[in-house]
Formats: sequence, structure tokens, C-alpha cells
Amino acid sequence: MSLALSSSDPAARPAAAVGGTGAAHVVLAALLLLYPAVASDFFLTQIGAYSLILGMIALSLMLLAGYGGMVSLAQISVAGMAGYTVAIFGLNSSAVHGFGWPWWIVVPMAVAVGGVVSALIGAISTRTEGIYTIMITLAVATAIFYFTQQNYALFNGFPGFAGIRAPEFWGVAWRDPLPFYYLTLAVAALAYAAVLYARRSTFGLALQAIRDNPRRMRAIGFDVTAHKVVAWFYAGLIAGLAGVLLVWFNGRISPGTINVGAAINILIIAVIGGMRHPIGPFLGAVVVVLMQTFAIDIIGAERFNTLIGLFFLVIVFASPDGLLGLWGRLKPRLASPSLGAGQDGGGHRAANLASNAEQTGRREE
Amino acid sequence: MSVAGETATAARAPTRRQAWGIAAFFAAAVLAWMLFSVWPDWLNAVLISKKAFFSSIFNGITLAGLYFLVASGFTLVFGLMRNVNLAHGSLYLLGAYLGYEVTRLTGYWLIGVAAGFAALAVLGLLMQVLVFRRLEGDDLRQTLVTIGISIVAADLMLWMWTGATYQIATPTWLDGAVRLPIVTAYRSNGEAVFLSYPFYRLVVLAAAVVIGVGLWLLLNRTRVGMMIRAGVDDRAMLAASGVNVHAVFAVVFAIGAGLAGFAGVVGGSALSVAPGEDIRYLLASLVVVIVGGMGSITGAAIGALLIGLAEQIGLVYFPTYGIVLTFVIMVATLAIRPQGIMGQGTAGRAR
Repeated sequence: MSLALSSSDPAARPAAAVGGTGAAHVVLAALLLLYPAVASDFFLTQIGAYSLILGMIALSLMLLAGYGGMVSLAQISVAGMAGYTVAIFGLNSSAVHGFGWPWWIVVPMAVAVGGVVSALIGAISTRTEGIYTIMITLAVATAIFYFTQQNYALFNGFPGFAGIRAPEFWGVAWRDPLPFYYLTLAVAALAYAAVLYARRSTFGLALQAIRDNPRRMRAIGFDVTAHKVVAWFYAGLIAGLAGVLLVWFNGRISPGTINVGAAINILIIAVIGGMRHPIGPFLGAVVVVLMQTFAIDIIGAERFNTLIGLFFLVIVFASPDGLLGLWGRLKPRLASPSLGAGQDGGGHRAANLASNAEQTGRREE
Repeated sequence: MSVAGETATAARAPTRRQAWGIAAFFAAAVLAWMLFSVWPDWLNAVLISKKAFFSSIFNGITLAGLYFLVASGFTLVFGLMRNVNLAHGSLYLLGAYLGYEVTRLTGYWLIGVAAGFAALAVLGLLMQVLVFRRLEGDDLRQTLVTIGISIVAADLMLWMWTGATYQIATPTWLDGAVRLPIVTAYRSNGEAVFLSYPFYRLVVLAAAVVIGVGLWLLLNRTRVGMMIRAGVDDRAMLAASGVNVHAVFAVVFAIGAGLAGFAGVVGGSALSVAPGEDIRYLLASLVVVIVGGMGSITGAAIGALLIGLAEQIGLVYFPTYGIVLTFVIMVATLAIRPQGIMGQGTAGRAR
């Protein structure tokens, strides 16, 4: 755990906030890979795979919000469009469309649709800046929801499409719990690694610079709008992948999958988890999915939205950076009595100072 | 908004204004002809029928009145506090439910309307004082909080009033239809058939116009309005000149929330009250405000008119793509004038 390094290298700071980079990832990967050994089928799919899928959609939001400063509420719509592509061009049992194209054509196509739809939404919403984005994307998400509900020619209206199955290839039925979990895990890990890489890439750094000061970046000669739209495209690819998995997971897709509640759910996941590091959305997804699943036992199925909403409010009030931020603040206190605390704590304090400074800088804009 | 700016544009571009005037004159002439003539067959063929066309126009204008009532509060709050209140739809729905309950208990519709306004105004005041003041200057967190509030509110309202659909009973003096002096067709015996329209919807429209004018007067002719306008332009400067900005914020939030509640009762009487309406009116407010321009009452009126008409005309002429028309208007506005039709743009608002 190279914590001392974090104070000298600003780019490594968010990683330090979750407690080291390499070692933590190895432990996390081992845990996730061994998870099926202890988990039942229910925990494997309904909790594990579902969290990973929602986490990926939230990851695409985190990519936009955390690095681009664009909070999008339309990521579930992007995922939904990819899902609809799978339903329309693959097989479904609704007797509408369902061209039955093989998965190796449909999936790349669906992901591309996700990227393009996302880029289009980005092109619309980058016409304005800041808090306007959230309004425009919410309007877009709602419009897409109403459109899919009203349009029977293309989207089969209210019932949507049912009977969509994950394909079988390489001798594996990917629909079964264990293969589906590993498939989801592999795709999620890919998306996570891609975001981790993109964060340090030239593009990622330029995007973060644009978030912090678009005017200066424009003056230096960067095409601010193009960078943002490309970020939307990448985010759309991730959301599109997640959308394909989501439609395989549910076996169906309907306007209800992409309604406003679902759009807000993704934002809740990202905010609860924290948007400073790509692990945040996955963390948030696990927490929200666990709550959604087990809150029913505690307060009944009826009022669980109240519980989620209140928890969300508490997080927003108590820790703007979500659970990750909470952890980042708690950790130095927990670590300080232990050995070598001086240097570690110092590093953290510097990191926290830097993050505070960054935040105030962003607020002043 | 400055006077100097207006005179400069007026002096610079008289020809452009004349061109618009001529275009407007022709449009008015065509509309007047459509209004008072009996339509030839080809026009009936294109627009289904005169009755369908004008009914959708009137419905659109009435809906616009309702949208204006909801969106004006939203735009005021946003313009002054940069607070995107995504719980605005919930305020509308809560106002509708409260209006329903009060009307049912007292038997007087007007008391229901007043209660809807007053209760929501108080609630808005509380929200501003207890919640938003703590998060001042942090736009994103304020917005997130409003999302949280809207989730909890929607769930609690579902608990209280279940998923049933309610209709607020209007008094008898508001019922019935009026015959408009518009001839849609002639019967074979030469008798004219006039277009009739529900009286209540005309009252809604009138209420929207009265409130719109009232808001305009409040903003442009009173001291509080002056403070609000100053706050929209430059909040820090207003505070520096000795005005209690928080009091102004609280007043504006109370007015905005109250208007949402008022619109809830009025809209709940014209249409219906059910879960999901909060999202519908939130979307309407969002689009109206994006199209009309943030923080502008006139913009909200124009945006509401555009969206209301688009929605109703879309409903009659291309039912499955109606929502797309609304959306196209929004995208077109963003493409041509990102700050909205009456918006000032970000440059004018140095912050």
C-alpha cells in the first residue's frame, strides 16, 4: 500500500481513498471469483449478477459525472435501447420482431446502439452546462420511456418483449446461474478496468481538466464539446453492455425497465457508492440491491422506497462522496493508532486537503 | 433584462422587427380565416375536421395554462436559487391530494384550492429553511436532495392515498359547456353548428392568465419583485447591498411551491389525480423551462404554450408519436438557442 505516494501523485489519490491499488484489487478479484463457492443460486444471480449489472450502468454514469462533471439520468435509457436491440434482432417470444440473428451480431450491434444513443444524448445535453445536464437528461429519459410505451410498431408498447434468452455457445448455457455470474463478472471487470485505464489516459486527463475548467481548456485549444461527446460515447458502450446483460438477466424488457424510477435508481446507486472511484458504483449497487431484496422483510414490500429514499438523503447530507467518501474519512482515524501511522495519516490528510481544495474549486465555478 | 439592451436591439434591427410583424400579420389573418370560415373539404381532409382541430387547439391552450402554473414556480426557484427542484412534481401531486381531501371535507371547492396553495406554500417555506439553506451553493447536492424527497414523497403519498384515481369535484357553477362563437359546420337546414367547450377549462385558462399577469406585476412593479430580479441577475451583489437574501429565497420558494399546489388542485379538477402525475408534471415543467429559458416567467408562458399545443395536437394527429413532437421542440430549442427562448445565457449571469 503505497500511501505516501498518493500525496505526491495526485492521480493516484482516488485509489488511495479506497485503500491501496494492487493488493486490494487482487483480494477483491479473489473474493468475487470464489463467491460462487459459498453463494446459493439466488445470491449468485439475484444479488451478485444483478448488482454487477446495475453497477455497470452506474459506472457509466460515474464515468460521466466523476470525470466529466456531467450528471446523466439517461444511462438506464441507453442500457434499455441496447436491451431493446437484443430483443428486436435476437429471439423473443412476444411474436413481434425477433429476427433471430446470432448473438455475435446482435450483441456488438446492441453495444454500438448504446454508444450512439448515448453520444446523441450527449450531443444534446452538452449544448448547456452544469446542472442543466441533469434536467435535460431527465427529460430525455422520460421522453424515451413514454415513447417506448406509446410506440407499438417498433417497441411493442406497454408489454415490451418477453422470452429473451442468453445464448448458448462454447458448450456453455450462459443462462444458468453460475455461467451467467462469471459472464457478468468478466464483463463488469472489463468495464471497470477500462474506466481505470481511461482515467489515466490522455483522454481521461483532458476530460477531468475540462470538468475543472472548461474555459481554460478551450483556450488551450481542446475541443471541449468533442471530448464530452466522446466521453458520452464510451459511457454508452458500458451502459450498452450492461443493457445486454440486463435483458438476458430479466428475460424481458418493457418500458417499466427504463422508467423514471429506474433512471433515478441508477443515480442513487452511484451517489450512495460514491463517484470518485470506479469501484463506487459497484459498492452502491451491492448496497442498494441488498436493501431492495431484504428491506421487504424488515418493513414490508410497500414502504421500501421510503427506506431507500431516506438512506439516500442521509448519504447526501452526511457524505457527499457516498460510502467511499465515508470510508476515506473514517480510515485515517482508524489507522492512526496503528504502526507507521504518522506517514500514512499525513498522506491521507494531504489527500483529503487536496480533495477539499478541488471541491471548493469546482463549486466556485 | 436591462433597459439599455432593449433599446439598442430596437434601434439596430427595425427591418427584422417589421419582417416579423408582417409574418405575424399573415399568420393572424390565416388563423382568423380558419376560425370564422366554414372549412372547404380539402382542409377538412387534411386536418380531420374543424371541430377536431379547434378542440385540440383549445385543449392545448388550456393545458398550457396548467403547465404554466406548474412551471412558473419551477423557473422562479431555479432562476433565483439555481436549485433544480426535482420534487416539484411531488408538490403538484400533494397539492392535488390535499385539495381533494379539503374539498371533500368542507364541500367547497374554492377552499380546497386555497388550501392547496397555502399548505404547499408553507411546506415550500419549510423545505427552503430546513433543507436547502443548509446546502446552499452546492447545486448538485441540492438537486440530489430534491430527488430523495421526491422518492420518499411519492412512496408516502402512495401509502396515504393508494393507487386509486381521484377526481376533485368542481362546483356546479363551473360545470357545463359554453358555446363559442365559432361555426364548425352548417346543418342541411342552414342552422349553424357552434363549437362548444367545457366552461371549467376556460376558467383554468383565465386563472393561468390572471396569475401570469399577477406574477409579472409582482416581479416588475414591486419592491420584492425588484429584489427577486436582482437576485436572479447577481445573488452575491444583492446580498452585499444589504438585502436579506434568505428571506427573499424563502418567499420565492413559498410562492413556487404554492403555485405547484394551486395547479395541483386546479389540474386535479380538470383531469384526474393519480400516482405518476408527479412525474408527468415534472417532465412538463422541465421541458417548458428548458424551452422557455430558465428563470423567465415570460419564457415559461411561451414554453408552456408551445408544449401544451404540441402535446394536444400530437394527441389528435399522430397519437403514437405525440411525445416525440414535444421532444423535437426541446431539441430544436437547445440546438438553436441553448439558453432557451427567453433565457439570458450564461454570460449575462456572471457568477
